[in-house]
Amino acid sequence: MTEPVIVVSDLVKRYGELEAVRGIGFEVRPGETFGFLGPNGAGKSTTIKILCTLADPTAGQAKVAGYDVVKQRDTVRRNIGLVFQDTTLDSYLTGEQNLRFHADLYGVPRAQLQPRMRQVLDMVGLWDRRHAEVATYSGGMKRRLEIARGLLHAPRVLFLDEPTVGLDPQTRSSIWEYINDLKQREDITIFLTTHYMDEAENCDRIAIIDHGKIVAIDTPENLKASVGKDRVQISTTNDQAAIKELKEAFDLDAAIHEGMVTFNVEAGEAFVPRLFAELQQQIRSVSVARPSLDDVFMSYTGKTIRDAEATVGDRNRAHVMAFRRGR
Amino acid sequence: MTGTALTSWRSEGGGNHQVATEVTDPYRSQISERIRVSVPDRGLRQDLRAISIVWRRELIRFRSDRLRAITSLVQPVLFLFVLGTGLSALAGRGLPSGVDFKTFIYPGVLAMSVLFTAIFSAASIVWDREFGFLREMLVAPVSRSAIVIGKCLGGATVATFQGILILALAGFAHVPYDLGLFLTVIGELLLLSFTLTAFGVMMAARIKQIQAFMALTQMLVMPLFFLSGALYPLNGLPAWLTVLTRLDPLTYIVSPMRHAVFTHLNMPPEVLSRLAPGVTWNGWPVPVGLSLGIVAVMGAVLLGIAIAEFHRTE
Repeated sequence: MTEPVIVVSDLVKRYGELEAVRGIGFEVRPGETFGFLGPNGAGKSTTIKILCTLADPTAGQAKVAGYDVVKQRDTVRRNIGLVFQDTTLDSYLTGEQNLRFHADLYGVPRAQLQPRMRQVLDMVGLWDRRHAEVATYSGGMKRRLEIARGLLHAPRVLFLDEPTVGLDPQTRSSIWEYINDLKQREDITIFLTTHYMDEAENCDRIAIIDHGKIVAIDTPENLKASVGKDRVQISTTNDQAAIKELKEAFDLDAAIHEGMVTFNVEAGEAFVPRLFAELQQQIRSVSVARPSLDDVFMSYTGKTIRDAEATVGDRNRAHVMAFRRGR
Repeated sequence: MTGTALTSWRSEGGGNHQVATEVTDPYRSQISERIRVSVPDRGLRQDLRAISIVWRRELIRFRSDRLRAITSLVQPVLFLFVLGTGLSALAGRGLPSGVDFKTFIYPGVLAMSVLFTAIFSAASIVWDREFGFLREMLVAPVSRSAIVIGKCLGGATVATFQGILILALAGFAHVPYDLGLFLTVIGELLLLSFTLTAFGVMMAARIKQIQAFMALTQMLVMPLFFLSGALYPLNGLPAWLTVLTRLDPLTYIVSPMRHAVFTHLNMPPEVLSRLAPGVTWNGWPVPVGLSLGIVAVMGAVLLGIAIAEFHRTE
């Protein structure tokens, strides 16, 4: 099965004056973990809403699991699982009651319900807490319960909208453990949005979105490679001589940064052995740093994700809030 | 995650049985087979299952919220015992001897007991929206009608249950514990509660803030109650009040309830016709069946509007 599980073409969404999504297109392959990376207000949530049939596109098309999100809405809904930024649990019900409610709404066959419930609750480590009221759960437990619930009806695509927003770093990394674990067990495609760079690294492929447009789309490695050079830092017995030698023998512009001889070079790891073999100066230590996704975001948009949030985010947040409340 | 021991579960052969094993890391516990889940196409059966679970959720929540059950009994009990007793000396002069004022207002108090509970059940939609749970329902592959109908049935059941608690106090109002009477009244309470919940749900589809919802429904509920003839007979009123009472939908359910109660009291026909004259339109007595029919049609129309509203909220 090589047919893409999500196909989006020329998607546009306008809210009055505001053009939240400005003609984007991409495909997601089955089994992939696909991430939408961008600052708040870049159009991530709007895109995910369209894919989940929660908002109609102004123009363009989107198909999920082979079904059109506008024309075959119910079929799409049966084939997707959703975990939103804001909790959608009934905190007066127990964990199990929340799952049963979901199972009945999605028509999970009764004979399969008990084992399946056990399976998804085990997967997120909440089986022994299933009879507790959700009100007593911690933030991380709630998010895990939502993930379990999103998986209950065995969707083909699981949508995670900012799955770790508002959680502490430790809980965030444990959520990722669950997600990666889930990839091993379930035959599922994951589509997620995030504005955390380190989380985007967990994805098979990433689309970088800014101002409603996709500016780059590739694997994290390729994206980082596209930024180009790795940063190599060495310390030697004679740094000044090393800098001179690097210029003459390798045509590299090196300088002292953070007390070390620092230079940028393509494919840093491959270069290091050559350096050891050919450099006259004795090397005492070496480090190679790949460009981070921060560097990637910066190189495509000319600003860091934090800068982008400070400007775009504030402008759109009021609008996004109003939209959310309106639902 | 603490690495506590946990019982792992697997199914063997045809039957399911429990196998206890020590697992150190619960979420990595081995489950030997993948459970294949196939979700069927949407159909009537799916919608019925959805209605049922939305309905049951209302009951579960009501059961766990005893405070709400108790507080919504306060008002009808105050009306029946405090207002009923306090006014009985004064109002008793207008009543035939042997008829207690409490007996007279009892059907009205029954209606009141479901009034607030039914509308507040609908308020849970506003809460659900605020806490996100409404979205869980709205994104499910079931028809919006199923969700709205389930909500209305849930509200109706919970409210009728409140009414039944007041019904248990019948003896204090000198109303006999008669099975036939009780069944009739419960049926009428169900009809009333369903219509009121449908009205509440229709409002909840539009009003997003709980404060606004509460204020608006309070503002509407009190006039509905006072104009319904719950506390006074419908005959011999000034023209303006006669018109207003006939426009109040609650009138068409309070009157049949009073009729049901009073026909079980063995009173002379002339007293009965004075105290429970029934609704008249310009002198024409509206039959009980038509009266109930009006409420039923109204419930259906309100339900229809509520469903349409929820279809649009996207």
